[in-house]
Amino acid sequence: MKAGKLSVVGQSLPKIDAWAKVTGETKFADDMVLPRLAHGKLLRSPHPHALIKRIDTSRAAALPGVYAVITGHDLPRVKFGILPVSQDEEALCIEKVRMVGDAVAAVAAVDEETAERATELIEVDYEPLKPLMSIEESLGNQDVRIHEYGDGPNVHKAVSLQFGDVESAFAAAHLVREDAFFFEGNTHLPMEQHAAVAHWGADGKLTLWSSTQTPHYVHRMLAKILDMPAAHIRVVAAPVGGGFGGKLDPFAHEIAACKLSQLTGRPVKFTLTREEVFYVHRGRHPVLMWVKTGFTKDGAITGMHFRSWLDGGAYGSYGVASTFYTGALQTVTYKVPVYKFEGARIFTNKPPCGPKRGHGTPQPRFAMECQIDKAAEQLGLDPADMRRRNLAEPFTKTANHLTVTTIGLGECIDRVVEASGWREKRGSLPAGRGIGIACSSYMTGAGTAIYWNDMPHSGVVVRADRSGLVAVFSGATDIGQGSDSVLAYLVAEVLGIQPKDIRVLPADTDLTPVDLGSYSSRVTIMAGNAAIQAATRLREKIFEAVARKLEVTPDRLVARDRRVFVEGEDDKGVSFPEAVVLAESMHGVLAYPGSYAPPKRAGKYKGGGVGPSPCYSYSACVVEVQVDAETGDVKPTEIWIAHDIGRALNPLLVEGQVEGSVYMGLGEVLMEEQVFRKGVHKIPSMLEYKSPTTLETPEIHTILVEGEDPEGPFGAKEAGQGPLLPVIPAVNNAVFDAVGIRIDEIPVTPDKVLKALDLKRQGKTPRVGPEKLPLFTFPEPRAVESAFGLPAENVAVRPFGK
Amino acid sequence: MKTQLALTVNGETRDVIVPVHKTLLEVLREDLNLTGTKHGCELGECGTCTILVDGEPVLSCLALPVECQGRQIKTVEGMADGGRLHPLQQAFAELGAAQCGYCTPGILLTAEALLAENPTPTRDEVRVALAGNLCRCTGYTKILDAVELAALRMRGAHA
Repeated sequence: MKAGKLSVVGQSLPKIDAWAKVTGETKFADDMVLPRLAHGKLLRSPHPHALIKRIDTSRAAALPGVYAVITGHDLPRVKFGILPVSQDEEALCIEKVRMVGDAVAAVAAVDEETAERATELIEVDYEPLKPLMSIEESLGNQDVRIHEYGDGPNVHKAVSLQFGDVESAFAAAHLVREDAFFFEGNTHLPMEQHAAVAHWGADGKLTLWSSTQTPHYVHRMLAKILDMPAAHIRVVAAPVGGGFGGKLDPFAHEIAACKLSQLTGRPVKFTLTREEVFYVHRGRHPVLMWVKTGFTKDGAITGMHFRSWLDGGAYGSYGVASTFYTGALQTVTYKVPVYKFEGARIFTNKPPCGPKRGHGTPQPRFAMECQIDKAAEQLGLDPADMRRRNLAEPFTKTANHLTVTTIGLGECIDRVVEASGWREKRGSLPAGRGIGIACSSYMTGAGTAIYWNDMPHSGVVVRADRSGLVAVFSGATDIGQGSDSVLAYLVAEVLGIQPKDIRVLPADTDLTPVDLGSYSSRVTIMAGNAAIQAATRLREKIFEAVARKLEVTPDRLVARDRRVFVEGEDDKGVSFPEAVVLAESMHGVLAYPGSYAPPKRAGKYKGGGVGPSPCYSYSACVVEVQVDAETGDVKPTEIWIAHDIGRALNPLLVEGQVEGSVYMGLGEVLMEEQVFRKGVHKIPSMLEYKSPTTLETPEIHTILVEGEDPEGPFGAKEAGQGPLLPVIPAVNNAVFDAVGIRIDEIPVTPDKVLKALDLKRQGKTPRVGPEKLPLFTFPEPRAVESAFGLPAENVAVRPFGK
Repeated sequence: MKTQLALTVNGETRDVIVPVHKTLLEVLREDLNLTGTKHGCELGECGTCTILVDGEPVLSCLALPVECQGRQIKTVEGMADGGRLHPLQQAFAELGAAQCGYCTPGILLTAEALLAENPTPTRDEVRVALAGNLCRCTGYTKILDAVELAALRMRGAHA
């Protein structure tokens, strides 16, 4: 939609739910209380890998105050999983547990304490199996199988893609680098623990309120798991107290709540403990990477070959997508004419990994941007200039057939270089201080759904009536990023009213059109475009009625300042509520749908569905650090980040997303680790799982770079994930500038810094990072021609119209 | 074993009969329906459940109600003056300092205690005061901005 004179879009307005959030009014899932509410608890496995020989629930069931106890035998025997290709989970395990924390039984009782006591009375006999705790162990013990499916013994997925001849590209290069990197896993750590309340009504219909980012996928999964018609299930996403990807899968507690509600005839609530949240996980995969890149003398990339090994944990989750994502977006930032990617996800007896902010792309971005820094050093080039010169071309395709539209990265680099004083500081800061740069790109919404279909990815209905109220029904889920507010701003802009005049009714599968969920930075572009379409249709009806009343043609009308009037004759018009009365009188009930699906651009190869997006955001980040050579402590002192947002629909909210992303990136690069000992989480508490506080988070200078993208609502791109990506390598590159060491392993903890400094003192290569790679044979690649440099196709083509 | 207690919360005294080991967090949420107070760990690690007892920030997940009899307990529901929001609430809403909003009540009350003691805190003093309250959404920047704005406005109001 073309932007004329804007009233709401572009303003730094408060979120529409800000008032509820600062007063404690917002009802999160655990705040819900229903009459006769029962409290649920799961019994979880203490073994990382074991057969279940016997479960006896009789003592638990006999405990006073216990309403019901269930095991997997009480549920239909169907396995499930978020991706159609990885249906490998059970809500309550029947024959085998694959990780500490796998649920085996569930209790509903009068209160939480009684439920917990009851779980302690459940007797389970396990026969322990050999636990496989690392990629090496899983690949080296082929006689032990975590699952019976996959691309090899304990191999969940192995992929191999080739776009053009990388060997020739390396032969033609001035410099070829091979580097290995490791990115330790970490977790989302939302402040809110997952909670769900289920109510199985006497009418045989089920309602689930849950802190979920994807009510639609939970809805689909419940129908399958409970073996009942989806039409009899209603899933409502409660306001989510932080998601970051951690509330994107269907979970055991949600399913147990539903079944226990059916059996007890009561609503049942589950709220996970913090320790359980650490085990439920689905966070950042630990990824070992090897990257070989050819560079010209000027630092242009001639070709790249990237390999990744993902430690997937015990279940599939989003892992197939995660695997492809570790190889998907390397090509959208700089020119990469030919490209080869090989990736494998290995099962281990640990909590499954899945999507966390940036899903599968922060790890390769870290590897790639650190390697570029090394190449720049070797070639004697300024790392900022080298990147600046080799940017991908707007409105072209990449080697791996992704279509990029606008690219604001050049301006992003210029702005952070300028703001940070890069040119004056680089190489001339005092001892122990350094400055580093990195860039990145991220999708604005996944171009394909997780299950193949031709339906809208987002639907919105806008309804207005004689009261003047405008109601927006959207299946999208606000997880704190402000997506409900964004929909209100867009509808307000189109209708010429204020966000306060609008009620957003979100994320209720009975009441709202389907929206795929809050992931892949998709809500602003997809639900936003759908909302614009719905509001525009409503406006057309309103204009038609007002035009008849004013005896003008509809094209002369505008909607602004809560009025509909003739452009240029401001007193010739009616108030917005009067306009709605005229329209309702003329057309009857006013309720109009909007639908959105991304342009169909998936590459025509297996795996081509992962990576396409309507458009990509770009970020550049400069970080200044201080490294203490005595303690090994790395302290980021100041951060500058420029983000190509297309258009900031609300600059305040965009800044908030950028700042939050920077913060989360800092936690990942410096301290956060999801690590296990014999299958038991080493640090399942918020005290020991280190995350940055106000004291570790430096001043963040955010620069928004605007330049309308034809795909986005009013030109907007994503903000919620992309800005996390460059922070991690930028910090690491700054550490090199400060003390001349390379830490090729995340997080950059003091022990690694001290080890590298020690190597430096001994005159050895001052590097800490992976020394060897797994012995693994990837499948033969299916050779596909590189699409590098071809013109973009299907720009702003929308299957359901504009 | 249950005990009867009289608790003064947000200026109102209420009688509750609760098990002696129930935490103040649980009593506030479950017995007094004051669900504005949230929980992030229930181990005293994250600051989410912070309330004020006699004006001092207290982790309600570690506090026992029996210790709080005869003392003034304040939760987020008690911050507004009738229908008028506390300047901190107003500033947090205006500046986008609450994203998911889950840590917000605890941070608001910690900040209120800070400003009561030190109406003119430096940014670093705000950082130190809020160091025990984790937030995963904001990167803290807008939170620091909002506390500073509220402090400024409160000084203006009292000038």
